[in-house]
Amino acid sequence: MSDLKIDLDHVAALARIELSAEEKVKFSGDFQTILGFFEKLGAVDVSRLEPCAHAFPVYNVLREDVPAETLPIEALEKNAPAFRDGQIVVPRIVDDNA
Amino acid sequence: MKTALEYSKELAAGTLTSRQLVQACLDEIRAKDGEIHAFLSYDAEDALAQADASDARRAAGKALSPLDGVPVAIKDNIAVNGQPLTCASKMLEHFVSPYDATVIANLRKAGAVLLGRCNMDEFAMGSSTENSAFVKTANPWNKDCVPGGSSGGSAAAVAARMVPIALGSDTGGSIRQPASFCGVVGFKPTYGCVSRYGAVAFASSLEQVGPLGTTVADVAMLYDAIASEDVHDSTALPGAREKAFPQLENFKPCRIGLPKEFFGGDAKIDAAVRAVAEWYKSRGCELVEISLPSVDLAIPAYYIIATAEASSNLARFDGIRYTHRSADATDAVNIYSKSRGEAFGEEVKRRILLGTYVLSAGFYDAYYKRAQKIRALIRNEFEAAFKEVDLILTPTTPETAFPKGGKISDPLKMYLGDICTVPANLAGLPAISFPCGTNDEGMPMGVQILGKALKDADVLAAAHAYEQSHPFETPGI
Repeated sequence: MSDLKIDLDHVAALARIELSAEEKVKFSGDFQTILGFFEKLGAVDVSRLEPCAHAFPVYNVLREDVPAETLPIEALEKNAPAFRDGQIVVPRIVDDNA
Repeated sequence: MKTALEYSKELAAGTLTSRQLVQACLDEIRAKDGEIHAFLSYDAEDALAQADASDARRAAGKALSPLDGVPVAIKDNIAVNGQPLTCASKMLEHFVSPYDATVIANLRKAGAVLLGRCNMDEFAMGSSTENSAFVKTANPWNKDCVPGGSSGGSAAAVAARMVPIALGSDTGGSIRQPASFCGVVGFKPTYGCVSRYGAVAFASSLEQVGPLGTTVADVAMLYDAIASEDVHDSTALPGAREKAFPQLENFKPCRIGLPKEFFGGDAKIDAAVRAVAEWYKSRGCELVEISLPSVDLAIPAYYIIATAEASSNLARFDGIRYTHRSADATDAVNIYSKSRGEAFGEEVKRRILLGTYVLSAGFYDAYYKRAQKIRALIRNEFEAAFKEVDLILTPTTPETAFPKGGKISDPLKMYLGDICTVPANLAGLPAISFPCGTNDEGMPMGVQILGKALKDADVLAAAHAYEQSHPFETPGI
């Protein structure tokens, strides 16, 4: 598998990461090598195997539904990149004329 | 610098105060860390206040545990209320934890003094600590070499004798490999024995927080203090944990497997590990040559699963609530992509992109689902092996610490170095690395013992038995 066609722009858009031109060149080369190496798994017969998401799967783990302490707003304000009137400021997402 | 256990006894005997001990550690850090760069930050005033509180408890006859007053350094991906938590990333450069991780709450209950934030590969992605956005850590044995990673700061801080013990995290070897490179002991517990709540998630199905120290006894003592169930982590197994420290002397002759697939790296390391095996044989153990044929698939399976989980876990670093936010963002979409493009380092971007790709439509079955099936295959092979043997003995790494810059430009080469450590994460098994000598260049070599799930105490007791007759001195610097 030496000729993998990877649409890096599409992957970067899905991952929400803006890449520089240099990074695109670097990562395209890296992906050829790394994904080529991953192809090793393609040769294995996995038809009788079930996917394993966790070494020791646990299901339906529930805890008592009781009120507990939550973080105070001041603790969140300290880490927020922009904060006003008890709220985190974000770019406008609804057009005024919409 | 002595061991945590020795300090614990001196504190109990009243011949040492926690303030004296913490002050001595701070003096060591000030004297050495300008060269080693094991720490990203530390708060001397806060550490001394914790020490004073410990001394007051002890004076009142209310010491909380053998760890009361003993300083522990913390990897910078584990939340300590009020302290920085950067994950060695510009993304979290100014983040201050608003709560304690469960392992930290457990350490506070034991009275331990939380001292400093250890350097690491950014978001625990790497094997050399060179991916830190802030500083490169030196290996105390040879400052031109890497300390390993991703818990390289924790391992170097212990090896340089700046603190007696430290916490790290291990997703694919990130405690054991730096322990091996720095000539100290590092332990990855059975998956689920230690809560992950408050440890920044990279690959949730693989990682565990664990201890590093200069002796197995120190590591066992720290493991006992952090291991617990947790209502905040549904993957933390329910019920009480078996205490390892009281069982350290319980090692009994058993069957030890030597899987051929783990050998064949550095010949000197192979020979040192085989010599360790012969010592166990001389103690009445039976050595069994075994095979885990799918281990050579572990690296690709691991890097597919780990990057897939990373792409999901790291989506939370979005420039909105508590991270770096790009000053150039103009709308509600590019605030994400610009903030993430600016603040993530190269390896983190590479892994998020790889993980996004292997999960994307059309590729999911070929990569992610297939890797999960290979994971089942590897787990099944371990299960079968552990019907024949009680413990498995291997090298921790196929090589000793490599020079800084040696692999950083070749990611695949860096990934391949994890071959001996990732199988334990895929199978969720307990695994320890401890020193087994030095090579011709004077660099430490590590041997790894893996045990059956939940047999953490057996793994620690086996390592302790060897260590008792082969004490290993770390040089400090």
